[in-house]
Amino acid sequence: MAYNCVVLVKQVPDTANISGKAMRDDGTVNRAALPAIFNPEDLNALEMALQVREQHGGRVTVLTMGPPRAAEVLREALYRGADGVILLSDRRFAGSDTLATSYALKCAIERIDDYDLVFCGRQAIDGDTAQVGPQVAEKLGLPQITYAEAIQSLQGDEIIVQRAFPLGKEMVKCSLPCLLSVVGSANRPRPPSAHKAIAFKLAATPLEYPALLERWPEFETEAALDCYLAERNQKIPVWSAADIGAAEENLGLAGSPTKVLKIDYVVLESGESKQVPASPEGVSALIQELVEDYIL
Amino acid sequence: MSSSSKKRERSPPSVWSCSQRDASWLRNWAAECAPADHPELALYRTLPYARVAIDLVRQRQPYIFLLGATPLGRDLAPRIASALRAGLTADCTALQIGDFGYGGKAYTDLLYQIRPAFGGNVIATIVNPQMHPQMATVREGVMRMGEPDSTRRGQVERIEIHFDEGDLTLQVLERKVWPPRCNLKGASIIVAGGMGVGSREGFRVIHDLAQVLGGEVAGSRAAVDAGLVSSERQVGQTGVTVRPRLYIACGISGAVQHRAGMDQASKIVAINTDPSAPIFQIAHYRIVGDLHEVIPWMIRAYRENAK
Repeated sequence: MAYNCVVLVKQVPDTANISGKAMRDDGTVNRAALPAIFNPEDLNALEMALQVREQHGGRVTVLTMGPPRAAEVLREALYRGADGVILLSDRRFAGSDTLATSYALKCAIERIDDYDLVFCGRQAIDGDTAQVGPQVAEKLGLPQITYAEAIQSLQGDEIIVQRAFPLGKEMVKCSLPCLLSVVGSANRPRPPSAHKAIAFKLAATPLEYPALLERWPEFETEAALDCYLAERNQKIPVWSAADIGAAEENLGLAGSPTKVLKIDYVVLESGESKQVPASPEGVSALIQELVEDYIL
Repeated sequence: MSSSSKKRERSPPSVWSCSQRDASWLRNWAAECAPADHPELALYRTLPYARVAIDLVRQRQPYIFLLGATPLGRDLAPRIASALRAGLTADCTALQIGDFGYGGKAYTDLLYQIRPAFGGNVIATIVNPQMHPQMATVREGVMRMGEPDSTRRGQVERIEIHFDEGDLTLQVLERKVWPPRCNLKGASIIVAGGMGVGSREGFRVIHDLAQVLGGEVAGSRAAVDAGLVSSERQVGQTGVTVRPRLYIACGISGAVQHRAGMDQASKIVAINTDPSAPIFQIAHYRIVGDLHEVIPWMIRAYRENAK
């Protein structure tokens, strides 16, 4: 039996590698200079969906909500084998917290309509909340399986999933459709395939046409480019808030109950600090001091 | 799980626990306990637990609703928040009460939900001015636990539980929990190793030093991922937060994500061959050297001192 999978992915700044131009002299982070990557645990989610398709057949559709630039991760999904990709993009989504984001994603998934499984990565490395998965599940009325590490079995409309925690494991059985939030230890995501990277090199959203036309002057108009890409299944659809029937009061800042009061950059201050010589005598003096101060 | 009563009263919080047995000792902290005992709640599952919590919130209308940022809390809290359309902040490292001006209105006595974000590179203060309850999950070990007040006798009140059929469809087939092999949160001395240790065999000196000093062994995320030390010993943003009297960081560069888990230690000793390692910026004692030389000196010096 074939299963249709929707995978939710996000393009995130590479917060694990902040250096060079991305770190200003005062210790604050220059977000604009940070390279953008495919959120790591979303790659694990995509890999799990692709493995379901390999075993059972079906379609893998990848959905991302983001600014026009997020089309980059959709191309990466195509290079890894996604059957279809969708960019959910609209100025009205700007400033969304997890509640508003999960509302928009829910509307988009309802428009996709034909799905058995929804996958997402456990958490994104910029927000670090791990909230969007469960909140999308709640809005869709689906059971949720978080900390999903492996699909033990998938038969008929029943799935058995192994969950992994710091101090334990669990096996749960659930009926479909349901949502799985996937952890990094689940699998080793496949790299992009060279063959697919060539095939989908030109895949683009209409928002990217002006830039593409500059590089490909043989297309005289956007309409000609659009036709060319659509014929080859390389036109990435962009869905707006109106396309998914989303109510404006639930989007963006207005639809976000959490507000940021302030952001403080973590800047290291050197407090009272002593250099200890790397020698037996130096270390001995340190130990003595720690003992005298009742630290040791 | 806990909630707080109406802000003006400033009384101690209510705790909603899931067993009668827990209620008996929680009474020493809380004003009220509402145990919910039911066979379907024996093992944690999202939907039945969410059902109980959502019904209670709708009845009691708490101002603030807190859960621990444990795997359970991180699974349950967003489900509840979504159903209630409440704002939720995950993994708070501090909570305060304060004011907030927004949209031309002044909000007073809001919960400031303080947490690291952006991979730990910033500290954000989040508030929920309008949608209540204000929800947050709170990181383990971050705030000091007070003493129970044996004179306090919180009220214990049973609550009625109703499930929908759809709440009970997921089954837990099997659950394995292994006891923690170490108690990092309670340790007063921690010796931690990072990638600078080099190998699993190299970690021998870390274990030796910990044993001699009567401390616990910990590791950075990189060391855990490389298999040098077991995962429950990981200190950092995605591991355990510790606040020992003494933290000895050996061969640890001191990336933000690691510092988030240990920068509250009373005294930090850092050993690293790289003088520009970020760990030196928060260390009280800096040793630029090879841990495989320095640690044996430490062990010898400690033994000499003990005589």
